[in-house]
This record gives sequence, structure tokens and C-alpha cells, in this order.
Amino acid sequence: MSNIPSELKYATSHEWVRNEGDGTATIGISEHAQELLGDMVFVELPDVGDEISVGDDVAVAESVKAASDIYAPVSGEVIAVNEDLEDSPELVNSDAFGDGWMFKVKLDDASELDALLDAEGYQNVVDDE
Amino acid sequence: MELRHSNGESNMTNKTVLHAKHLESGAKMVDFYGWDMPINYGSQIEEHHAVRTNAGMFDVSHMTIVDVQGTDAQAFLRRLVINDVAKLDVAGRALYTGMCDEQGGVIDDLIVYYFTSTDYRLVVNSATREKDLAWINSQAADFDVTITERPEYAMIAVQGPQAKAKVATLLNAEQTAAVDGMKPFFSAQAGDLFIATTGYTGESGYEIALPQEQAADLWQQLLDAGVAPCGLGARDTLRLEAGMNLYGLDMDETVSPLAANMAWTIAWDDESRDFIGREVLATQRAEGSQPKLVGLVMEAKGVLRTGLKVITEHGEGVITSGTFSPTLGYSIAMARVPRAVKLEDTVQVEMRKKQVDVKVIKPSFVRNGKKAF
Repeated sequence: MSNIPSELKYATSHEWVRNEGDGTATIGISEHAQELLGDMVFVELPDVGDEISVGDDVAVAESVKAASDIYAPVSGEVIAVNEDLEDSPELVNSDAFGDGWMFKVKLDDASELDALLDAEGYQNVVDDE
Repeated sequence: MELRHSNGESNMTNKTVLHAKHLESGAKMVDFYGWDMPINYGSQIEEHHAVRTNAGMFDVSHMTIVDVQGTDAQAFLRRLVINDVAKLDVAGRALYTGMCDEQGGVIDDLIVYYFTSTDYRLVVNSATREKDLAWINSQAADFDVTITERPEYAMIAVQGPQAKAKVATLLNAEQTAAVDGMKPFFSAQAGDLFIATTGYTGESGYEIALPQEQAADLWQQLLDAGVAPCGLGARDTLRLEAGMNLYGLDMDETVSPLAANMAWTIAWDDESRDFIGREVLATQRAEGSQPKLVGLVMEAKGVLRTGLKVITEHGEGVITSGTFSPTLGYSIAMARVPRAVKLEDTVQVEMRKKQVDVKVIKPSFVRNGKKAF
């Protein structure tokens, strides 16, 4: 069974969000998602400075199996992207919740975080699949 | 993101005799045409590299072994398959070929192993087992032959530059003598082991058929010898890099072998040999009307996928199988395109709403661990 850290928030579409507590948040995809996608071969990230809104397709995770859109779980300005994924997309497989992070956002509205799932809620999503 | 689950539940799932060994090694299992098979044991890319640089093994026990024996065995196979088994004159020699219907469509591709002109072994695909057996049996009616499926055999493919050396550490003196100096595309019965120098990876190695009850022990000995267990995921990227067709993707009954890079497996020389499909295929060949299967390489980011449209100045084509090549570090594909498309041409593939330039090459990307074009 895959790991679902309790300190993170989740979207039903398998992105995770870490509230950094300073008006920014870090976003990646869950361990469950990387497991199903298989070995990652390319990750296409947004550009720093992009304004993104909840539900936008902002990144692409391309694995040996399929190319999958990653949707913005929160709105805001992209302030950083994980450049290590350029050369080492496999970090998404080996450390989905850590070194495999994808981008950071300066939140437009921190209350959007409240609409996301907690670990238990996301566990239910995974169990229902 | 949207996640598609491929491992749907099935109440008709077959398991190979190595199923428990796969679970022991942490395999992720998927349904493969009714068989519960390992897709990977963690990382299909690492498994791929193990085969290219060292040694890996695949459980191919789901594949179908069929023995063809009897007075008419040679005459029957000269009719059944598009290559000519009369070319086989050394005991143990193997031949890759296709089996076509009267319309020249590919029913399956297979390997024929020759022992004597009254004794042959075929290895056909697992996904096509039932229709293959039905076809072979119906075509055999007018011949004095016996068709025997051999489900009591398991089969393990050990592939990679170190594969033969690692297997050698497990063989007894008699078996070692049997495989000594065996060239590619040969086979030998070595005690209980049927050992063939065939494979589906573009590397050297063996495909070993053996009694089911011995398979788990051999698998464990190979693990202990440092052979990496590899799943269907790596098997697909390896065969595609090697430019080998996958039945159901690169060809099927609706496709002529001339349109599937299998023209070289058709033996035309003996004009009196009336193999099934000959008339239609001869007409297609004379007309030069069939499309052809080529290789595509794309060094830009992204992965060419099955079903994507190929745009050429001579008309449209389609990607029959595409993947990320772990050895090359970019995407490769096989595509069926109009015959007028030439090697080294640049054509376009429509992907994610963009048209991307790709280069046309012969469908052979990696051989013996190295870039092959």
C-alpha cells in the first residue's frame, strides 16, 4: 500500500500540496500516481512567473506508459520549478513526496487549501479506484 | 492527472508455474491476454538496462509450444508458413516466419525449430493461442502429421551480454556439451532443458523450455547467479529497440507481411511451393502497392505512442508501436507509412496538438547494447 503523508493536502486528481506556511505551497504527484504511471521519462513543468488557476493543466508527467496532464490544485504564481527533474525525472518515482516535487506557487488565496482532501480523504479516493 | 488502470479483474486468469516466484520478487502483476504476468519488479527501465549491460530473465511460459511430427511434417510446414522450412538442414536450426491466411493477412509470427524432416517445434504467441491452434489443426487435416501442444513446459528467456555465461554456471557437463559453440538461431535438447539461442531483445542469450516442475528451481538459481527478473514492460522496450514486431500492434490478420517488415521471411525461390497466401502476396509484391513498416526516431522531448498519426508528403501513416528508448534516451517507434517514404526522410507526427519532426530509419534501433543506426 502506498504511503500518504498526513501533513499534505491532496487533489482527487492525485496531486499533493504542501502548505509552506509563508503564503507559498509546493506541488507534486502522489506515490500512488507514480506507481500507476511507471518509470517517468520526461516531466514538462510550467514556467516561473506563470499565473495558474485551479484545474488548469499546467504540467505533463510522461512515463514509459503514458503522458498524463497534471492539474493545478491551487491558484497563484509559479515561483519555482524543480529543475532536477530535467535530467532526473526518476526522482518522481523514487521520492514522490520529496525530491520529486514539481513546482512552487505563491498562493492567491490560502483558503483554497481547505477545499483539498486530507490524507484520509485521499486514501478513500485511492481505495475506490 | 487521470490514471488509467490496466490491471482489470478477470475471473479467467491463467497463472504460469513461476507466478509465486514473481510475487516473491515484488512483481507488479497485470493481466496480459488472460495471463497474470509481471509488468515490472520495481523499475522497468532498470530491468531494461540489466538486459543491455548484464543479464535479465523473463518468464515466457505463457507462450505456446506446438510440436509438429509425422511423415508429412515438412510438406505441411512448407504450406503453412511463408518461409521455407526446407532451408533448415542442420538439426536444431531455427527459422523466424509468419503464418498467413488465404488473403495474405498475418495470423501470427512464430519460430520453427527443426530436428528432422518429420519432427519440428513451433513457438507461437500466447495471445493468439486459440486461433493459431484452430488454424494449424484445420490446415493439417490433409497431411499425415500430429499436432501436439506442450503446455507441460515452462519457458524462461535469459538475455543479455552475460546471459550465456551465467547460465553456463548452472549446467552439468552433458548440458554444457550440448550448447557448446551454438550459433544464434539454433537449439539443442540438453537433458531436460530445451535450450535455444533465440530471443526478443537484440542481445545474445537463451530461451529455455523445461518441465514445469523444474522451472521454479531454475528461476531461483538464475536469481542467485545475479540474473535480474524482468517484466513485460522491459520486454516491450527491448524488442522495440531491437526492431522486432509485436503481434497485435505491428501486424495482424488485416496486415500483409509485406507491410510489416516481414518480406525477408517470405521464401519465393521454389515456385512450386504453394504456401497459404502466396497468390495474394505475389500480386501485392508485383504491384508494389503495400505500405511499409519503418522506424522513427524523435530526439525532442516526448514519447511517440501507438496510434499517433504520421504525416508525410506521400500521404498519412500510423505509429504501430512507440516507446521511450531507455538505451538511447529518446523516443523511438515503428510506423506503417506509404511505400514512397524513404529512409532518412523527415516526416511529422501529430502529438499533443503539435506536429513534431521525426526521422525515418530502418526499424532497428539498438543491437548488442549499441545504437544500430
